[in-house]
Amino acid sequence: MLKKRAALLSGAAAGVLNGFFGAGGGLVAVPALEKGGLSVKEAHATALALTASLSAVSALLYLGGGRFSFGEAAAFLPGGILGAAGGALLFRRLPSRLLQRALGAFMIYFALRVLLR
Amino acid sequence: MSDFLAAFLSGAAGAMGLGGGTVLILYLTACAGYDQPAAQGINLLFFLGCSVVSLILHGRGGYIRWKAAALCILAGLPAVLIGFWISGLLGPERLRDGFAVFLLILGLQQLFGRSKTEPHKQAA
Repeated sequence: MLKKRAALLSGAAAGVLNGFFGAGGGLVAVPALEKGGLSVKEAHATALALTASLSAVSALLYLGGGRFSFGEAAAFLPGGILGAAGGALLFRRLPSRLLQRALGAFMIYFALRVLLR
Repeated sequence: MSDFLAAFLSGAAGAMGLGGGTVLILYLTACAGYDQPAAQGINLLFFLGCSVVSLILHGRGGYIRWKAAALCILAGLPAVLIGFWISGLLGPERLRDGFAVFLLILGLQQLFGRSKTEPHKQAA
């Protein structure tokens, strides 16, 4: 059973990131939930329920604040839903460690490009 | 890269637990000409749409611990307001720099951290 303190802390950390960066909540919630006693699958699924709820509120705040329009986001949904389904199906068949490292290198490259511009 | 391909790759990376949201935000700011706050907002709605399918599948599998999720959400909702408020105090440029630092940390974790698909070793 997950400790109450771990749940509250992971929720709060995910919430700040979600509101601040519009992403990244799951990346802190999953390891925190695992440390709190959930299995890997339970932590991923529970973090998804958390980040979906937080993203709904954040998206409303961003929309209300005029930071983007609904139409701009809707254009990306068909590709995203297909990609999510494909990613879920291929999850165990692709060399995930290699993909993870490639994505890590991609993130570092773009981060340094922004910071050193 | 087309919008469709970027969305497809982001959705796939997200489904594999590899931080798909960051991929789309990068594309939107670096290639599609959006400023950082707009890219973040688009990503939020994008993620919400993609997560519906995953939530249905995970819910059927019985993996969601709803009591734990409720506790997390309880703490997370006021924290969202704080994060949103702080992001509003920064201009798009400083928000983009902050995101770059966040991305650098994530990238180093992805490159040198443990595999996202390998379970933790359980204590006996």
